[in-house]
Order: sequence, then C-alpha cells, then structure tokens
Amino acid sequence: MPQHTLQEQVVRQQTTADVLVLGGGPAGAWAAWSAASHGAKVILADKGYLGTSGATAPGGTTLLVIPPVAKLREQAVAARLRAGGYLSENAWIHRVLDQVERNLELVEQWGYPFPRDEAGRPLRTHLHGPEYMKLMRRVVRKAGVKIWDQSPALELLHDRHGVGGARGVNRLTGETWEVRANAVVIATGGCAFLSKGLGCNVLTGEGLLMAAETGADLSGMEFSRQYAPSFEGGTVTRGRMLAWATLYDGAGRPILRGDRTFGSIPELLVKGPVYASLDLADTPEKREFLRRAHPIFFMPLERAGIDPFRDKFPLTLRYEGTMRGTGGLRLTGADCAASVPGLYAAGDAASREKVTGAISGGGAYNASWAICSGSWAGEGAARYALSQTRHADSRELAPAGRHGLQAGADKPHRLEAKPLIAAVQREVLPLETNYFRSEAGVSAALRRLDSLLPELGGVIPSTVQGIVQSREAAALLMAGRWIYTAALARRETRGLAHLAEYPQLDPQQTHRLILSGTVRIGIRTESVPHARELQLPAEGRAI
Amino acid sequence: MIEVISAARCVECNQCVSVCPTNVFDRVEGDIPVIARQNDCQTCFMCELYCPADALYVAPDSEAVSGVTEAELEQSGLIGGYREKVGWGKGRQPVASHEYMIKLAARAGF
Repeated sequence: MPQHTLQEQVVRQQTTADVLVLGGGPAGAWAAWSAASHGAKVILADKGYLGTSGATAPGGTTLLVIPPVAKLREQAVAARLRAGGYLSENAWIHRVLDQVERNLELVEQWGYPFPRDEAGRPLRTHLHGPEYMKLMRRVVRKAGVKIWDQSPALELLHDRHGVGGARGVNRLTGETWEVRANAVVIATGGCAFLSKGLGCNVLTGEGLLMAAETGADLSGMEFSRQYAPSFEGGTVTRGRMLAWATLYDGAGRPILRGDRTFGSIPELLVKGPVYASLDLADTPEKREFLRRAHPIFFMPLERAGIDPFRDKFPLTLRYEGTMRGTGGLRLTGADCAASVPGLYAAGDAASREKVTGAISGGGAYNASWAICSGSWAGEGAARYALSQTRHADSRELAPAGRHGLQAGADKPHRLEAKPLIAAVQREVLPLETNYFRSEAGVSAALRRLDSLLPELGGVIPSTVQGIVQSREAAALLMAGRWIYTAALARRETRGLAHLAEYPQLDPQQTHRLILSGTVRIGIRTESVPHARELQLPAEGRAI
Repeated sequence: MIEVISAARCVECNQCVSVCPTNVFDRVEGDIPVIARQNDCQTCFMCELYCPADALYVAPDSEAVSGVTEAELEQSGLIGGYREKVGWGKGRQPVASHEYMIKLAARAGF
C-alpha cells in the first residue's frame, strides 16, 4: 500500500482566499456558507470529509428551539444562568435563540425534510446527522466555497498583524498545501482524546494548538468532566436512551432505573461492572418505535447479537473532553473573533461559556451554538478580510507551528506518536483522575504530562500518517495540560469543574479562567456580567 | 471497526476512501480499495452509509476485530442493513423525515 514521503518544506499547492475555514462539521459548514454569503472567497479544509466528519454527522442532535414568547425565553435564560454557575451571558443566550430559528428556516428551505405536525407546521427540533451534513455540503458548495476534504491543517501562518492563513497536507495525495487568507476560522471541534465516542476520534485538538501557537487565549478548559455511556466495546454514546433502561450490577441486581440513570454511571462504574437493559420499553409498540426512530443506537447492538430490550449488556464510558465540555478559544466579541487579529472561532473549538456557563452544552445547546457561532464567525471573518487593504499574498507570513512538527524537532530521537498518545490517554481518560478530580491526583497527572513534553522535540516520521499523528499527539498533550492547569486553578466546585478538596461553590470565583501559551501556560481571570446575581442558599451548596 | 469490503459487491468507486473521516482506506489502481489502517477506524459507520453498493461492513466492536466473514454476513443479511434503516438509497424514505424521530427527541432530549 502507498506510503507517501513528504519533501520537507516543499509546498506543492499554494493559493489565496479571503477566508480559510478549518473544520467541516456543522460549525465549519455554517462559517463557510456565511462568509461566502457575505462576499468572501472561501476555502474550507477538513481533516476528513465535510458530510461525515465530526461529532454530529454519524448521529443526530436535538436543537435548542424555544418559541419567541418573552416569558418562555426569560425562563430559559434564567434557568441556564443558574445551572451554568452564573458564567453565561443572557444577551448571548437570547442571540442564539433568535439566530437558530432563522437558520433552521433556511435549513428547511434548502431541502431538509423536517416532519410536520397535524396542522402542517414544521417540527424543527431535531436534525438527523447524516442527512443534515449531506445537505450542508451541498449548500456550502453551492455558495461557491472550495471544499478541500482529507486536508488536515497543521499550522497557522502569521505576521505582526495577526493570522494570515494555514499550511497542511492532503492525506490522500501526500501533497502539502498553503492557503494565504486574511481571516481564518477555527472550527475544528473540541478535543475528545481518541476515546472512541461516536464520530469523535477526529476531534484531537489541533485547532486549539494552532491558535495557541499564534498567541490566542483559551477559556473554560476546566469544565471538561463529561463522560458518556456506550455499550462495552461500542462507540454509540446516546446516554439519554437509558431513560428506558434499568441498570444492573454484576450479580444481576437492579440498581437504578429510568430518567437520568446515565448521570450516575461514573459513580457506579468505579465500584464494579454496570449492565443496562431497556426493559422499561415494555410493549412491542414502544420497542418498535424506538428501534425505528434511532437506528444508530440499535443497529450496533443488533450486530453484536444483543437484544437490548431483554438482555443485560455491559456499559462503558467514553471521555468527551472539551467536546461536551464548555472550554475552547476565548471569544472577544459578538463576531466570534478570537484574541489574535484575523482569527475567529466557532462551534466546540470556541469557548461556549457565554451561552452554557460552567455546565455541558449537551447536544441541544451545542448544536444551536455550532449553527449560530458558525454564522457569526463566518460573517465576522468575511467583513474583516474584505476590509483589509493588504492582500494576504503580499504579507510576510511565517508558519507559527512548532510542537509535534519538524520545525520543533531539536532532539535526536524519533517522535513515536502512538506510544505518546497512549501515555497522554493514561493521564486523561481514567475516571479516577479526571472525573473524581482531586488536587493531589490532578497535580500528579499534570506533572506526568509535563514530563512528556520533551518527546515532542523528536524527529517527525516522513509519512503523511506520521506527520498528522505527530501533530495530533502534540495537540492531545497540550489539551490535557490546559485542562488540568485550569482544573487546579479553580479551587471550588462549579458546574463541570470539581476538586474533591473544594466541594462547594465559592462566590469569589465567579469568573472565567483564561489560559495562554503552550509549554509555559499563563493563567488569569476574566470577569463576567452576571456575577453579582449569584445568590447562595444559606448553607452555600454546590450547584 | 471496519472488517469487510465485499469484492463481489464493490464497484470500485472509491467513495469510502474519499469520505472516511479517519483515512482508513487506500485506493488501489485497477482493484477494489483496501482497509489499510484498520486500527484508525472510529466505528462511525459513515462509510457504509456512503457506499452505493452495500459492499462494506463495520462491526460494532471498536476495540477488537471480530473476524466476521463476507459469507456469514450474506447469510445473516447484515451487510447493507444500516443504509436500509436510515432510509438512504433509491426508493427509500429517509428516517429524518419520519415524525417518530422528533417524538423520540422530545421524549429523550438526546
């Protein structure tokens, strides 16, 4: 089978655009469409394929849609502010609710087959992943965007004016590419540490690393303690289906049943094996309904020879990292600009704290966020790029990447990506370290991650896979270090952040934690607009 | 993970090579594609959905190879079964347009 050898520093394909979008999930697709709709010449480069890549495509997602009735909206916003530990911003939640309605109307006009109720009104509350992303590919292409599939970006280009494009490689041809563009949108998703949640192994954090290497800030990395249940060995993490389940221990004794069982699984799994059976779907009609409505959940079980309504099947947990956390690149304004000129962020690559605060966005908030932030980042990037007097190809741009790239190789050893990735996973994936966080446990894990940094200085293999995986390994290592650095800096329990030594919420810490840098990580706080509305019950309990 | 490319069914369109999010397949000149990096498969089943010939089979276990054979799959009827359930392919109704998906979402909030 072919092994492509890259000529170091030879860039085969060189081109310019106004806006370069990195990432081909929903956020990237919306960003590319939006930028093109605002008159920009756009290239979208994805590591995989726009249509199949990312957390959304293989599954499906419920959307956050609340009717434009003032009282309902106010209630939803207030509930979110409380649940998110007062780190969200009401104005941003209202923006998302308004924008997502407009965009879903477009999705229907473009041909998405939303079912209708008896009165003929479309029910726009759920999107089937494969159908949605197939449609978005068509829409993006029709808007005039050039789609580069199988083309992972490896590093950004920059000069003293800010970001100005990126370099990457085509995984199929082995050719390197360079796009010069005055604005770049990072829509590469969160970082899920190759934990094999459905569609999530492409989410390895290179977008965060690339941006950080140009000086961009991160925010909210401590809110990253979410694990999702799947059947053992499987990938389908649709925990809410367990609303129909009874959970059993190893001896076959029932432990819990019904709604919200999935939230209890980390505590149960550290004690011993946990089995589930969807035995609350107790009629043939219910079982048939569920089977037909949710093929991605039932098909793998069926293939494994499991009757999920009768059998007790073992559960495991897949770490969801920053994907179902809330952290990512810090946004500086309504246009989803990151903290470096010319750089924008959307979807799970961006911090979602303005909308979700300290708790998981869950499917609904994150799906609506991807649509809205993508649209805003695309528009912001287009406006910025089109207002520049200096063409990107006349700028003196230099590649900004270092970690896990040949430019950063300063040691004689060969960089072995797979063992390095396994070493990072040993520190980041275990429930004992990352779900049941303690100052002692997280500090020790962070020290071990720090000790892996010299590995990144090794000589990079010359194959395409070697080059891409080395960069992924570097991004995973940095993401793990950012997560644990932030986790240790928040000495309280708030939303998805928790340290055993600090089991309560501390009103003094109603702020965001901003990180910057790669090898040396700087940390500071950022104030939030609703901090003063936080009122604790007398006993000061955690929320 | 991906385990079978059926030589009998494959039409050599190389769509699986193009769409795989984790670059598992390699194109082979004048032949059917090969599973070149099976360990990189993330068991997302997208290649099956995009295969116009129902020639691919992704086993549900993402961590170990089951060793299932094409003959066994033909007999069990599992090959191509996911596309049918999702309603992709000529003459089928996509599951996205069924109201039960919305009803399920309303109930489960997934």
